[in-house]
Amino acid sequence: MSAAQTLKRGGVAIVGAAESDLGEVAPGMTPVDLMAQATCRALADCGLTLADVDGVFASGVQTRMASVALTEYLRLKPRYQDSSFNGGSVFETMVGHAAAAIQLGLCSVAVIAYGSTQRSVSGGLVGIRGYDPLITPFGPRMPIGAYALAASRHMHEFGTTREHLAEVAVAARQWALLNPVAWEKKPLTVQDVLSSRMVSHPFTLRDCCLVTDGGGAVVLVSAERARSLPKPPAYVLGIGDAVGQLEIHSMDDLTTTCAVQSGQRAFEMARLTPKDVDVVELYDAFTINTILFLEDLGFVPKGEGGRFVSEGRIAPGGELPVNTNGGGLSYGHPGMYGLQLLIEAVRQVRGECGVRQVRDCHVAVAHGNGGTLSSQSTVILGSAHAL
Amino acid sequence: MMFERATEAPMHAYQRQLNAGVLAYQHSPSANRAVFYPRLVCPFSGSDQLEWRASAGRGTVHAVTYLYPRDEPAYNVVLVDVDEGFRMMSRVLTPEGVAGDSVKIGDRVRVRIVHTEGKDSVPFFEPEGGAA
Repeated sequence: MSAAQTLKRGGVAIVGAAESDLGEVAPGMTPVDLMAQATCRALADCGLTLADVDGVFASGVQTRMASVALTEYLRLKPRYQDSSFNGGSVFETMVGHAAAAIQLGLCSVAVIAYGSTQRSVSGGLVGIRGYDPLITPFGPRMPIGAYALAASRHMHEFGTTREHLAEVAVAARQWALLNPVAWEKKPLTVQDVLSSRMVSHPFTLRDCCLVTDGGGAVVLVSAERARSLPKPPAYVLGIGDAVGQLEIHSMDDLTTTCAVQSGQRAFEMARLTPKDVDVVELYDAFTINTILFLEDLGFVPKGEGGRFVSEGRIAPGGELPVNTNGGGLSYGHPGMYGLQLLIEAVRQVRGECGVRQVRDCHVAVAHGNGGTLSSQSTVILGSAHAL
Repeated sequence: MMFERATEAPMHAYQRQLNAGVLAYQHSPSANRAVFYPRLVCPFSGSDQLEWRASAGRGTVHAVTYLYPRDEPAYNVVLVDVDEGFRMMSRVLTPEGVAGDSVKIGDRVRVRIVHTEGKDSVPFFEPEGGAA
């Protein structure tokens, strides 16, 4: 049975959303410090308290048993908890888990939290990959090598160019210039991207996400309860999860991700199509990601992504606003970016985004990606208008 | 009897054969196709009846990236579609002084297993005409 049949469309809502401190945080801060900080800010955002929380969902590369760590830190009393780990898309996955738990009555106020000090600890961050004789001797510098290999196939099969990739980074930067908390603050041109230091062809430094500290939290409750809280709910209209392969050498088709399946599942549950979407938040660890996910989620036909992102179509003022906070490329990327996607989608649906606010925004997609194009999870949020 | 106690780990068997100069892969009779990376169970059929075969070591570059570490020479990393029907990661060895970007998708390559004293052997590739 699919989520579309078992979970009630709009049955739960994200009612609170907040970032932790971002960028480069105070010396000595821990990932759990940031999770706890974001949790309290997200609860304040919706007028709830720590005592209301009975569902705890948390994950992170640096944090062992994250939901347990957060529970201890805040002395929470969860009836339901989850420390899943399927990469940066896990927070979109957890929206599905939380929605199911709330609908089944396993918990009533669910917090999903993340924190990372990846920038501050830089060299001290222990890689999660051990020695693998099928990968390590060749030095692909994962994850970048995997995404670069996929990009090479996209260029080969569809004529996608480095200029197309650069357009993604430029659009992200234009959005970041409108976001007060974005890390990158200097204008960027296609030429800047192309002439930046080559890291893993076809990617230069500017085709790659930032390395920042950061985190965030969102709070979910039933739709019924959401309507009694102070801010407009961002209803969960659709969710879809899909898993492909762990490693790039096992990916059957390097230019088609399982976002095809996660997107179809989410749109089916939401009873919507890509044409109904007002704003799209995509996990842009590298510039090719945005192109792949626009195609795989059905916003453009396969192979057309590179041409589509050109001429400012995904930039401010363009026909399809994408990554309106500046994305992992220019806003910040704390190792796992999925939670930040949800926060921006909620704010857009609520109309809280100031100068970068997309007009008449009622439907937002937050699409998470984990590993090396490994796990994909799509969440569709909507305002009351979209119910 | 299916799923009997294993006598050698699949990756150990792969590495042992590489160290003896053979690029080995598994063949699944029940699925009639190659299985790679080495594992206990055929993911296409669920059978544990997998046979080891020796690859002729010839293939085609499926995808390529060139990495540019600071203060070190650039190098390529490739995915190779090996003729027997499996894909693996490797690197195409090109003569010193040849830019890493001389390797292209579609290039024909053949395996060159590199032995280093005291270490496990590594299956690199070279252009089919040899590392000219």
